[in-house]
Amino acid sequence: MTLYQYLALATLVFCIGLFGVLTRRNAVAVLIAIELMFNSVNLLLVAFTRYISPDGLVGQLFAVFIIVIAAAETTVGMAIVLLVYRGFRGIQVDRIGFLKW
Amino acid sequence: MELAPVVDLVRDAVTGFLQSLGLPAFVIDMVLALISASLIAGFMAVLALAFVWVERKVSAHIQNRLGPMRVGWHGVLQTLADALKLLQKEDIRPAAADRWIWWWAPAVSFIAVFAAFIAVPFGEGLVVRDFNIGVIYIVAITTFGVISMLMAGWGSNNKYSLLGGFRSAAQVVSYEVPMILAILSVVMVAGSLSMMSIVQAQEGTMLGFIPNWFIFRHFPFGLIAFIVFMIAGTAETNRTPFDLPEAESELVAGFATEYSGMKYAMFYLAEYSAMYVMAAMGTVLFLGGWHGPFLPSWLWFAAKTVLLVCVLIWFRWTFPRLRVDQLMELSWKFLIPVAFINLLAVGLWSVL
Amino acid sequence: MTGESLAFYGLAFMLVGASILAVSVRNVFHAAMYLILALFAVAGYFVLLNAEFLAAVQVLIYVGAVAVLVIFAVMLTTRLTDARVRAHNEQVGAGLVVAVAMFLAIVMAMWSTSWPISDAAPAVDNVRTLGRMLMTRFVLPFEIASVLLLAAMIGAIVIAAKETGPPQSEEST
Repeated sequence: MTLYQYLALATLVFCIGLFGVLTRRNAVAVLIAIELMFNSVNLLLVAFTRYISPDGLVGQLFAVFIIVIAAAETTVGMAIVLLVYRGFRGIQVDRIGFLKW
Repeated sequence: MELAPVVDLVRDAVTGFLQSLGLPAFVIDMVLALISASLIAGFMAVLALAFVWVERKVSAHIQNRLGPMRVGWHGVLQTLADALKLLQKEDIRPAAADRWIWWWAPAVSFIAVFAAFIAVPFGEGLVVRDFNIGVIYIVAITTFGVISMLMAGWGSNNKYSLLGGFRSAAQVVSYEVPMILAILSVVMVAGSLSMMSIVQAQEGTMLGFIPNWFIFRHFPFGLIAFIVFMIAGTAETNRTPFDLPEAESELVAGFATEYSGMKYAMFYLAEYSAMYVMAAMGTVLFLGGWHGPFLPSWLWFAAKTVLLVCVLIWFRWTFPRLRVDQLMELSWKFLIPVAFINLLAVGLWSVL
Repeated sequence: MTGESLAFYGLAFMLVGASILAVSVRNVFHAAMYLILALFAVAGYFVLLNAEFLAAVQVLIYVGAVAVLVIFAVMLTTRLTDARVRAHNEQVGAGLVVAVAMFLAIVMAMWSTSWPISDAAPAVDNVRTLGRMLMTRFVLPFEIASVLLLAAMIGAIVIAAKETGPPQSEEST
């Protein structure tokens, strides 16, 4: 399996996640699509480590940090979604534009 | 009477036979994996049957009565009779339940525990696959079982199931942290995450007669780590005193309320097997795995694991149940600080 | 057809299929289930790419914690009327165009670069190497990541905690 196949796969998953972020109305579904994007980036980094520098595992370490940051971001994101739901009884992102001018 | 040479012989014979059929290498690997998986699944089923009988007998004797006595010698075949009964019960599906999620929850629960058996060393050289991340693999796979509780709770479309699922998930996720910290203390001393290496690091004796097990090493921190691990392991498998989510008097059967017949049996098979996996991990990490004089290694492993399972059963019928907030408080406010301090102390001891 | 390519294409089918379903189904709980499938596929890829520790960490943290968090959020914010609400907003066409354009642009850029593929043997003990790097070269990001997690934990608790105002006049009854 060459590097190019992993690149194509990771980009495909990234763009599927991008489509989800741009078009989903439910806030939790948007966060799910963001998770897909994070995972595609992790896959890409580990593929690079395996094919370009198999003995120095910097790419895998970077992927570990991305997992940590994704976990923190999802935590705060879900807390905000819960707060919004409590106030407005719905989390469709195109209806929560109250702060727009 | 070591079993490892017998297993190697059988495996070489099967591999030779498959190679003579001219199959490519990865197909041979897959066939061998399938055979190992079926053997493990069979072992799990027999194990669960045996442990249900042990639980009923032990609980009966703790409560000063006899337990099952009629079906087979002292009720040994009682669990088989119960399994046959459950098999022929009607499989009721709630009409408003989310069909696929409700159906998949028992399967996911079983898969999570089944996959953990792959890394357990049943004796010297008797491990299906010795991962070099064995310990984390088992912890990760048992974590995956949380999803099955949430699926069961949500898919049943029933308030009691949902509450039971929430509480179970919160409990399991909270008690993972002290469990991992206790495991980390052992891993730090052993210097490896592989189950076989951890067992091999516990060879020999200290001072001539005390076995070199992690429970006795770095006294008293090995003992504290063992106690934290046992408490966290009991909570991980939803056993009393931490079984509020599935207690009969509280939430009917918690997340398993809407399941009948074989699906209900699947959840309980998974629970007893998870109990075995926790006991096996406790044996490998703290009680020296398969080390022991005179008897073959798999017998020592089986004896130590059965001892820990009996301790878990003893807990169930001795302690009262903890309330949900007491349960969470125990984990976050007591076990985690104790586990952290233990980790620090073991680290300092190793360095100084 | 080696075992590795069989595994690659099988996991690719699972990953791409689960991702597409995760962004298109209406029922958000099902989307979370498909996300979990996708996460497992990525963990499978990590094993295929000699990163077993990362695969275990992926299952432990992503499936065991982040996915559970997503499922909790779904369960706490779903209403019965959500089954009849539109799942996608009116920019589906534009979103599709943007995603496809982005895919083509990135893939063309990647395929025309010549990557310095090395033949060095992969590191045998991932955990030891990662641990050593975390404690020597990358100790600052490690510490900052732990502070970040602490901040996220406290922040989430503060944001999502119920409002406990002044005590109600229950004592008057």
